[in-house]
Formats: sequence, C-alpha cells, structure tokens
Amino acid sequence: MLTYIVRRIVYSVPVLIVASFLVFWGVRTTYDPTAKYRNNRDAARVIAEKKHELGLDKSIVAQWWTWLTDALHGNFGTSYRTNDSVSSMLRHALWPSIQLMFFGTIFALIIAIGVGVYSAVKQYSAGDYFFTGTSYFFIAMPAFLFGLLAIALLVTLPVEKFHLSEPILYSVGLHSNGQSGFNLDYIRHLVLPVATLVVQSVAVWSRFQRASMLDVLNADYVRTARAKGVSERTVIFRHAFRNALIPLVTVVALDTAFLIGGLVITEQIFAISGMGRLFLDSLQGGDAPVLLGWFLVVAIFVVVFNLCADLAYSILDPRIRVS
Amino acid sequence: MTTAPPLPNVDTELALPAGAEPVARSNWQLFRRRFFRHKLALISIVVLLFLIVVCFGAKWIAPYPKNQTNLLITPGGPSAKHWFGTNGVGQDMLTQVLYGGQISLKIGLAVAFFSTIVGVFVGALAGFYRGWLDQGLSRLVDLFLIVPELAIVGIAIQRLGATDTSFIIVLAALGWMYIARVVRGQVLSIREKEFVEAARASGASTPRIIVRHILPNCIGPIMVNATLAIAAAVIFEATLTYLGLGLQPPATSWGILLNQAESAVTSTSQFYLVFFPGLFLVVTVLCVNFLGDGLRDAFDPQSEH
Repeated sequence: MLTYIVRRIVYSVPVLIVASFLVFWGVRTTYDPTAKYRNNRDAARVIAEKKHELGLDKSIVAQWWTWLTDALHGNFGTSYRTNDSVSSMLRHALWPSIQLMFFGTIFALIIAIGVGVYSAVKQYSAGDYFFTGTSYFFIAMPAFLFGLLAIALLVTLPVEKFHLSEPILYSVGLHSNGQSGFNLDYIRHLVLPVATLVVQSVAVWSRFQRASMLDVLNADYVRTARAKGVSERTVIFRHAFRNALIPLVTVVALDTAFLIGGLVITEQIFAISGMGRLFLDSLQGGDAPVLLGWFLVVAIFVVVFNLCADLAYSILDPRIRVS
Repeated sequence: MTTAPPLPNVDTELALPAGAEPVARSNWQLFRRRFFRHKLALISIVVLLFLIVVCFGAKWIAPYPKNQTNLLITPGGPSAKHWFGTNGVGQDMLTQVLYGGQISLKIGLAVAFFSTIVGVFVGALAGFYRGWLDQGLSRLVDLFLIVPELAIVGIAIQRLGATDTSFIIVLAALGWMYIARVVRGQVLSIREKEFVEAARASGASTPRIIVRHILPNCIGPIMVNATLAIAAAVIFEATLTYLGLGLQPPATSWGILLNQAESAVTSTSQFYLVFFPGLFLVVTVLCVNFLGDGLRDAFDPQSEH
C-alpha cells in the first residue's frame, strides 16, 4: 500500500514539472510585460532595461527554473496588475473556491448516487425515464446558460411576480454585507452557484452510477444473495450498492479539473472572488505571474485529489490492494 | 471511408418460416436497419439538418440583414415582425440567432472533423505499434488531465487571437487526444483477433491491415466520439465567448448573443434575449448527443434493437 502511494507520488512529479514548463512557456510568450513601454521615448532602451530587470533577457528554460525554484519556496512574485504578492492573492482566492467545490462535490455525489441507484433499481419505470431525460437535458446545457436561466427564473422572476423586497436566493457573492459564517444568509447565497457548478457533473455521474448499479445487480453474487432469500433491501444496499460505488470514484476524480474550469464560469456569473475569477481577471489583464501561480496551485490540487481518489478506490475495492 | 469486405451477415432477428432461405444483409444494411429504429436519433438528424440549412442559408432566409441596427424601434419581445424579438440596438434576434448558428455550427463540425482525422491516425498507430508513440500519447493525456481545459483554451485563444479559426485550431488540438485514446484501446484489442492473423497470413501489408481490417471495426466508437467532439466544441465556444474571452462583435455566435443578453437577466421582460439563443444551443447539443447514441447502438453488432 505504502509503495503504491509512493510510486504514485513519484510518478506525478515529472508530470507536474513538464506541465509547469509548458504553462510557463505558453504564458510567458503570450504576454509581454514590457508592451506598455513601447510608446516611450527611446523605447528600445527602456524595454531592454525592463527586460533585464524582470530577467526576461535570459533563456526561457532559465527563466522557468528561477520561477519554479522561487515558487517552491512560496515566492510566486508580484502581480503586474495590483503589485500585490501573488501568493497572498492566491490564498485569498482559494477559500471561496474551496467552499464551492466542497459543497458542490458533496451535494453532487448525494444527488447523483441517489438518482443513479433509483434509476437502476426501478429500471424503465416512469421515474427512470424522467431522470434520463433530465440528465440528457442538463448534459446538453452549458453551465453558464444554466446559471443565467437560474438567476432569471429563481431570482428575478419571484421578485418581480411577488414584489419581494429581497430575493429568496441571492445571485451575488457568498455573504450579504456585514454577514459572515455559516448561517441562513450563507445558504441562500450558496444554492445557485453550487447548483451551477455541479449541474452537469450530477447529470453525468448519475448516468454513470445507474450503469454501474445495473452491472452489479446483474452479477452472479447478487442472484446468489436473492436465491438465499436475502431481503431485497439488503440485496440492494449491502450487496449491490457498495460495489456499484467503485467505478464512480474514478469518474469523480477525473472530473476535478473540469470542476475547476467550472469555477471560472460560476464565479464570474455570481460575482464570487475565488480562483475562477482570479484566473479570468488575470487572463484579461495579461497578469502572467498570477496565471503561472494559478496553474501550479490548480495542478497540484488536481494531482493530490486524484491521489486521494486512488486511495479511496483501493479501500473500496480489496482486489486492487494486492498489486 | 473504407468498409470491411461485405461479408454476408445473417439477420437472426427475423423468425423465418421453415425452409425459407435466410436473407443476407451487408454491414451497411444492418447498420441502417438498427439506426432507423432509433427514433430519437432520427428526429435529431432531421433537426440538425434543418438547423444547418437555416443557419447556413441565413443570407436568404433571415428576415433582416446581418447586424442591421434600428435605433428607432424600442427593443421588444417576440412579435409578428420580429419573431424572436429585438435587442437593445434594434437588431432582429431571429436574424442574429441564424447568423450566430453559422459560426457555432462551423466550429463544432470543423473541430469534430479535424480532431477525428488526427485522433484516428495517431490512435491507430499507437495501438498497433505500441512503443514510444503509445507512451508519448499516454503521457500527453496525463499532462492535460491535470489542468482545466477551459483555462488552456482561454490562454491559447488570447495568444492566437479571438477568431473562429483559432477556436477550431485550439479545440481540435486538444480534442484529438480523446479520440486517439479511444481508437488506441480499440486497436489494441482488435489487433489480437484471428481475422487480423488471417489477413497477415494471406500476405496483407500492415497499412492494409490497419485501414481495411482494423479501422472498420472501430467505426462505432470513432463516430460516437466525433459527435461528442461536436457537442464539446459548440459548448466551449459559447462558454468562452460568453466569458468575454472568445469571439467579439461584429462577429456573431450564440455565445456572443448570450453575452450581450446578460443584462436581460435582471428583468424578466427581456428573458427572450437569453431564451432563443440558449434554446438553439441546447437543441443543437441535445440532437448531436442523441445522434451519437443512435450511432453507437447502430454500429454495435450486439445491440438488442
């Protein structure tokens, strides 16, 4: 088990390093921080000076290595836009995003597993068809469109229809002014962004859970259990359900990067200052140091999450532990 | 596209009267029979063809010229003159939605085309020859699994300039990997089959074995993934454009229309500005996905239908 974990970590390191170089190369060659001096008097000299000052006159590999070693010491440089330290910007942005991801993943799993198991147990029932249709619909709907429709139909419409002084569900930020902590206000802010973030994942995961539950329900050992006279309830929850969870773990882990991409959309629509918005603002502002730090943090997060999923996998499935 | 030599297939689904000869059907006939039983896929094909015709024929069909503004009329919801209503600068939404569809559909179809060609090529070679190409493909996929695709596409579009061509290049450059991985897996299992052995024994060259014997047996997964690529590309373009990272006016796409309609969300009287482009977007993706399902069932010889 321990060797397995160590092997996985050792394997992730080169992937991370290569990814960080590619991102560095891509970002550095896309944005020229000296572009704003181009119209200066004797621009050539100023640009050359600035380039030297920022270390841009060295080779891309040397620049990357300096950046990476600094980053590993926690120094991501300073933002071109705000002149703040990138690591503190990332730290501030992480917290709202972690909240969204945390609640999003939990709710998505509960709903997806519930719907998937129901659809499998009652295969071809009206409920199964309903959930199948709904999931097709939500898979086809881009997340940002869901967010827009949710705001229009669940925030704006009730306010206009019932002349409310404030909406039931909020569409801006995570807290009202002066509010903090876990309270009703927080939940009213959280519902729509979390729904927007995970609606597609719920749809996909529930289809997946349905398929894997059906596989298990048709397995021989389930028939054996039924033949022994085990009650249907026990068959479904003790014999089938636990084994049907295993394939879902892989899918959920693989979707981490997709969910982080979803943060960009969700946080933009709901004006939440997390990682997604930081990315968007930095991209539009040509803020290379923030983008580089952002990618590194996100990549490490995804790798760690995948590792956790692998561990969960081997705990759920004893057959894997042997290797 | 080449197909395998049409071995006569016996359709076992028909209960034959005693003594009657079984009807021989080609793979293509079997495919057609199974596909035409998939009602949703059939409807989807009709809807998609309709969308393609009205969008690419917008020049002749659209009631007003593209991007024509009319500041004299007050923006309003659907009416007899403006079926989909008009936006803040008096553009006819029906016209804009049709022209917008041109770009969205073009990107979707082109990305699916190019990523399928490259993906099948690389995947087939990686699966057949294994070795460094296979290793490289796996490592490359690993690399892209750890960073959000949306972020990569966002940066790449910034770099190449926000045009429909750069969308096609970037999305195809990312999309081929999925198809390559699927094809690789298929080729890996098919190359061990007896009929490949037989072909080799009868002196078929390697390219001939890959093109005539292996690839035709992967056609199902390839087609399904091509439809998935269309759907993904359409969604990506709309999402990035909506976020302001993609196409800019005077170009028009469903993403641009939704981006411009964002303010409409604060007032339900302008809900139609989101509704119509959104409807076209969702219907397109939905139909493409149903089509993929239909193709999968039709290409799968084991399918019950």
